[in-house]
Amino acid sequence: MSHHEMPFWKKYIFSTDHKVIGLQYGITATFFLLFGFFLMILMRWQLAYPGVEIPLIGKALTETGALTPELYNALGAMHGTIMIFLGVVPMGVGAFGNYLVPLQVGACDMAFPKLNMMSYWVYFVGGVIMMMSFLMPGGAAASGWTSYPPLSVISNNAQTVWLLSMVFLITSSLLGSVNTIVTAIQLRAKGLNFMRWPIHVWAQVTTAFLLLLAFPPLEGAAILQLADRVFGSSFFLPSGLVVSGEKLGVAGGGNPLLWQHLFWFLAHPEVYVLILPAVGVVCEIVTTNCRKPFYGYKTMVYSILFLGFMSFVVWAHHMFMTGMGVTLSSFFQATTMIISIPSVIILTTILLTLWGASIRFTVPMLFAMAFLPMFAIGGLTGLPLGLTASDIHLHDTYYVIGHFHYVVAPGTLFALMGGVYYWYPKFSGRHMNEFLGKLHFWVSFVAINFVFMPMFLMGSKGVSRRMYDQTQYSYGASTQSWNVVMSTAAFVLLLAQIPFIWNMFTAWKTGKKVQNDNPWEATTLEWAASSPPPHENFPTPVEVYRNPYSYSATTRKVLPQFIPQEG
Amino acid sequence: MMEQLAKAWQDVLNKRGFEYGLPSDVSTHGFAIDNLITTLHYFMALLFVGWGIYLVYCLVRFREREGHTADVAPQHFSLPKYLEIGVVIFEACLLVFFSYPVWAKLKTDFPDRETSLVVRITAEQFAWNIHYPGKDGKFGKTNIDLIDGTNPVGLDREDPNGKDDIVSINQFNVPVGKPVIVELGAKDVIHGFFLPNARVKHDAIPGMVFPLWFETKETGKFEIACAQLCGVGHYRMKGYFNVLTQEEYDNWILEEEEALKEEGA
Amino acid sequence: MAVHIPYIDKPNPVTGVTNAKLGIWLFLASEVMLFGALFSALITLRLGVSDWPHGYDVLNVPLATVNTVVLIFSSVTVVMAWAALKMHNLKQFKTYMSLTLLMSFIFLGIKAVEYGKKFSHGISPATSNFYAIYFVITGLHGLHILGGIIVNAYLLGPGSHMWKSEPERFTGRIECAGLYWHFVDLVWIFLFPILYLL
Repeated sequence: MSHHEMPFWKKYIFSTDHKVIGLQYGITATFFLLFGFFLMILMRWQLAYPGVEIPLIGKALTETGALTPELYNALGAMHGTIMIFLGVVPMGVGAFGNYLVPLQVGACDMAFPKLNMMSYWVYFVGGVIMMMSFLMPGGAAASGWTSYPPLSVISNNAQTVWLLSMVFLITSSLLGSVNTIVTAIQLRAKGLNFMRWPIHVWAQVTTAFLLLLAFPPLEGAAILQLADRVFGSSFFLPSGLVVSGEKLGVAGGGNPLLWQHLFWFLAHPEVYVLILPAVGVVCEIVTTNCRKPFYGYKTMVYSILFLGFMSFVVWAHHMFMTGMGVTLSSFFQATTMIISIPSVIILTTILLTLWGASIRFTVPMLFAMAFLPMFAIGGLTGLPLGLTASDIHLHDTYYVIGHFHYVVAPGTLFALMGGVYYWYPKFSGRHMNEFLGKLHFWVSFVAINFVFMPMFLMGSKGVSRRMYDQTQYSYGASTQSWNVVMSTAAFVLLLAQIPFIWNMFTAWKTGKKVQNDNPWEATTLEWAASSPPPHENFPTPVEVYRNPYSYSATTRKVLPQFIPQEG
Repeated sequence: MMEQLAKAWQDVLNKRGFEYGLPSDVSTHGFAIDNLITTLHYFMALLFVGWGIYLVYCLVRFREREGHTADVAPQHFSLPKYLEIGVVIFEACLLVFFSYPVWAKLKTDFPDRETSLVVRITAEQFAWNIHYPGKDGKFGKTNIDLIDGTNPVGLDREDPNGKDDIVSINQFNVPVGKPVIVELGAKDVIHGFFLPNARVKHDAIPGMVFPLWFETKETGKFEIACAQLCGVGHYRMKGYFNVLTQEEYDNWILEEEEALKEEGA
Repeated sequence: MAVHIPYIDKPNPVTGVTNAKLGIWLFLASEVMLFGALFSALITLRLGVSDWPHGYDVLNVPLATVNTVVLIFSSVTVVMAWAALKMHNLKQFKTYMSLTLLMSFIFLGIKAVEYGKKFSHGISPATSNFYAIYFVITGLHGLHILGGIIVNAYLLGPGSHMWKSEPERFTGRIECAGLYWHFVDLVWIFLFPILYLL
């Protein structure tokens, strides 16, 4: 039976084709990203105008129409969880990894297509469970995306739902990462040795290893917290807890910091899980739009690997304020400084690629170029947080929020949006509208800086994060107007996504058709397949003849990996 | 509703509420932290502006245009390598000369308990209980079974050492110029003890007690903030941090002791 | 409709393994991290309190010893099952696989007796952190055994039809199931002394 004769549900819903699954991931993740963003808009209204009724929808949420502290905390926890575990990771790893890795290594599909389908559906179920937690009596989980016990253990029932959902999401990631690694290693096309992998493949494989090895400890921790909540054990509950004047009736003897160690052992590599696919995407976009070879391919590869390795030994820099002694903190400060080195190298390599280029300012290139300075801000502001002395003042303030949002939002998300514009012709055989793309880019670029830049200024004043109403404090009141600016900018940023979503859906049928299968004149294998690729990607097996990002020294023309001869 | 919105925008238009930069600092160790933060930001600005200028220059000079083609020959630059090494050395210096000493001093170089004010601070949802040892300088026994609405730390008043202890809620008074040792704990969940104006921050974790110390050099009235999400009241878990003159402080202690005696009688 | 994915029955000449074998090794690596995290949690909890009981005082060491032997024996039989396939003897494979399954059921049975005794004495994860970590680690290990039973039963029953059509692929599957089974066994070998003997 050929693919075309398959019933709709088999072809598009329970498909085992990596391309369909990639798109499923992409669409689901887009939904979650918008939803998570929308939660933040509600919170930003409260931050800008504390206690003021939310226009139009406020009355549907609470009695007074304004957010309550309970709801604010729940929205905060869910914003973080949804954006990271249901939005950015499924977008970067699920969508881009799934769609592109098999194509870029010249494979006909993922190594385990059924497993691939399963990871998507396990993720989907995890997402549905997470959404259901909003319906729990007492609201969604409200202990932050970090879920620190004892707060999370003694909080409302939705925390149990949160943990259950996390077990699903982790399982999905594990299955997906096994699949990615096996596909990239085993199903390489003839001639594609490791040092001919596109950088995006290197980034995805490193990411998969991080997921594979860092997620299980969180799964273990989630099981322990579930036991604490459901079976009454006290892994994270020390003896002698007194909650609201009442002694807590548990055995005690646990350790709240145990959770933090297990959690950050995942959650620091998780940062690189968020950023590495984006780096890979940017590298592809940059070389193609520079019309010249990538500067320092090997340096880049080794930096990515080193970054991945180091990400396992820096986790406790999130815990400097938890009574860490001199020796341990010295170690983690040193590793934190060391991990900044490959990051700087990665950035420098991409910047040097620009030298001597002929830069095409396509929409994806605009996003990639915006990624560079924004990622730089995110990375640089990590320095004062990684040194204990300066961290004393900045820890858990808005400075931290600004720091990681610069990495993830104008960093990773901008790169991934650029990736959508860049590979859209591959997905659909059509280009996205360029005017709408540029509108989307410029408005987003300006707005997003107005959202996140003031966070550094507020944080340096000492405004704590996760505050329902900072005007309770004098220094909070003295920085309150920044919140009004940030919230307005956040709303503009939301509006700026409308042309993007519109563009994404309408271009599928009405966009400009691609001239040929390789419209950007790129060098990597995914452009050897037709656009969009057929069911098994390559009707005849492809062969790889050279390194990626090659250009002829004589004609200065591009030399794709899959073309046998010059000329 | 419209009034509050109008007021918020009035502030924006009048450029009120746009403060930034580090808050005032009354501690003796704070300058080292502030120095590090400032130095780091100069360094970050330098790198960022350097990268930025280079990026913009490239984007303009190497833009696609008539008569310009990319240079596809293999390239090698050695300048970036030296810059990179420079960055590494700078970071190592920050680590060794700025960060390690401050941390080591705060963690190990405690002032003498005899000449310092030693207090126990126990965080709970959503208040700061500050337990002073009283005249005898000794803390009375505490027992969690004694905790109730009027006795937030479970102080045993029968214990001879506990008779003169003072427990104040959300009011943290310290005399200026005297080292303060804080023994930080929590009753229920993790809180973050944060004195923005004394550059003090530490998580208060139930089941553990952490010693911290600081010394003030100026008087003033400031705030205690909670830095770690601790539940619905996290945002209003505010305390007051008052740095008093020795005389004001002594008077306050006297007042509290009078109040204790009245209670006892 | 099936896509023709290479190296599902024969190893990739460059890497020397089949897809499934590489996959199972990666999966086991992540399992090592999972149990590693739980074991380090155990160590942290134990170091944090002074009154941690000795396993041999409160747990049933003889029963656990029997279980250890049972599991080790099942590890042997699963290898024999694989070896039988290598020698193209399906009947022998079925015997050894059935033995493996029998061993797994005996293991779970003994485990159930142990659990039952604890519950009947009113001991639960809420009693103390020693029991809590005991129940969590042995429970999770038990779930792994159960997962192994399901996979092995499938391979013994309906899954064995593959032997006729794709014998090499089927042998590969048995090898992967065996690797998983060795891992579950290995976890127990660590778990037994740490929980019962220390």
